[in-house]
Amino acid sequence: MAEPVLEATGLTRHFGGLAANLDVHLSLETGVLHALLGPNGAGKSTCINMLSGDLPPTRGTIRYRGRDITRLTAHQRSRVGIGRSYQRTNIFAQFTALENCRLAAQSRNQRPWRIFTDALRFTDTLERARAALVEAGLGARENVIAGTLSHGEQRQLEIAMVLATDAQVLLLDEPLAGMGSDESAQMVDLLKRLKQSRAILLVEHDMDAVFAVADRITVMVNGVVLESGPPEQIRASREVQEAYLGENAEEEGAHV
Amino acid sequence: MSENLTRAFKLAALLALAAFPFYGTDFYTEVVAKILILAIFAMSLDLLVGFTGLVSFGHAAYFGLAAYMAVLLSPPDFTPASLWTLMPLAMLAAGLAAFVIGLFVLRTKGIYFIMVTLAFAQMAYFIFHDTKLGGGSDGIYLDVRPTAAIGGYTPFDLYDTVHLYFFVLVLMVLVYLFLSRLLRSPFGRVLVGIRSNEHRMQSLGYATFWYKLAAFTIAGTLAGLAGFLYAVLFGFVTPEYLSWHKSGQVLLMVILGGMGNLAGAIAGAFVFVGLQETFTDLTKHWQLLMGGVIVLVVLFMPGGLAALPGRILNRLRKEGRNG
Repeated sequence: MAEPVLEATGLTRHFGGLAANLDVHLSLETGVLHALLGPNGAGKSTCINMLSGDLPPTRGTIRYRGRDITRLTAHQRSRVGIGRSYQRTNIFAQFTALENCRLAAQSRNQRPWRIFTDALRFTDTLERARAALVEAGLGARENVIAGTLSHGEQRQLEIAMVLATDAQVLLLDEPLAGMGSDESAQMVDLLKRLKQSRAILLVEHDMDAVFAVADRITVMVNGVVLESGPPEQIRASREVQEAYLGENAEEEGAHV
Repeated sequence: MSENLTRAFKLAALLALAAFPFYGTDFYTEVVAKILILAIFAMSLDLLVGFTGLVSFGHAAYFGLAAYMAVLLSPPDFTPASLWTLMPLAMLAAGLAAFVIGLFVLRTKGIYFIMVTLAFAQMAYFIFHDTKLGGGSDGIYLDVRPTAAIGGYTPFDLYDTVHLYFFVLVLMVLVYLFLSRLLRSPFGRVLVGIRSNEHRMQSLGYATFWYKLAAFTIAGTLAGLAGFLYAVLFGFVTPEYLSWHKSGQVLLMVILGGMGNLAGAIAGAFVFVGLQETFTDLTKHWQLLMGGVIVLVVLFMPGGLAALPGRILNRLRKEGRNG
């Protein structure tokens, strides 16, 4: 098996008395799309927030290519090579799609001292931004104000921004949220292309999409990892079925 | 509005300002010089409020501090200080204060940021108000204006009202050009990104705190330039220069002009002082009238004066189409 790019061990986060994540182990490898599944409140968001640096863990270690990055802040982790997208679209709505990506690309070579040079003169940054837009399928939309893009395009832009930072690890928080079936299919294609050269963690509700793209699936329930393995194993797992389907069955039973 | 039209308008305004001292009296030349100084002050605040999204309510602290430095660093024996050392020193003092205060206040956000900047400014106010450092509540006189002499050559004389006016005008234009450039640079783009969505900037890999601190320091330094010029123009400094009234006034200039627009900040300074002069002639309750104007602008002119030409043009175009 390939060397993990990002590896979390014993990841734990308490909110007061509640253990939102308890002893979570997760590892991401290049070329592998790892999906994180679980019902609402299972701790998926807490987990991704700890990996991206938005939330400090109570216990546990996070390593990037063997280096301990547990104490790094969100912007430091982005510099290391970890990029994340957000569940609720989190873009610069007043800027053009290109400027959104240009800012993302500029973060790799910030040049804060070049205060007398127009930012648009730095062609390396611009090229990187354009390449990211093209890769995410927004090549023709670079001059559109981001806030006026369609919902699906905004989700694509969200990913294009992460690509513009040249991230080697993508943490994608529900990129399919609120998408129509056509848009979803496009996004699934995009994810398949992206995973070839990167390590991806995908948090997603859409089961069909997850089983269509995931190489590994980790299922969380109540803050702990219930099962982790290839899709066939998850599909066949009794515990997973009980956790997901059983809940519904019980509810249905209660209604009768 | 089209870019060319805007540029032509700005150039015309600059020419009018350059011609003004040859037609106005010394009194009005001084009034306009005062406005130009306040325009520098307003632009420096706009860098924070309009472009970085940091509503500082204590910006007068840096203005006032530099004004005091102009007096306190001048020789006590009526010999003039050199402009070329006094001005940078006053600006440096203001910038340094902004840097140190920024280290603390920039850890807060939103309403807390407003309150803490105000609190620091009030502390600075009371240092000068309650100690003998700068003559206490009475203030202190700048006995002689600094000299512009370099070696044996004196390019201009600050005692000449017209010379002083042009010195101020040139500095205001330089500040405008400097900030315009800055805002187009990678650094400036980050500031605007922070205003739009600071959290996202962090997740993209920007250490936003240091960017904000740099902006806060630059804004403080330029406010210091304005404060220094104000002290030179009026020849005395009082604690009122640091008071929250002053911080509020410059904030109003920025709002009147339209936040996030440098030319708007300049226009805001003109309109604010213009209204102030007009209303004080009418009644001693001028602040009541001023308050009314502010309310009307905020309610009916979103985007302030800066947005006005575009709105008028749009209206004309619409009427042209209908008629």
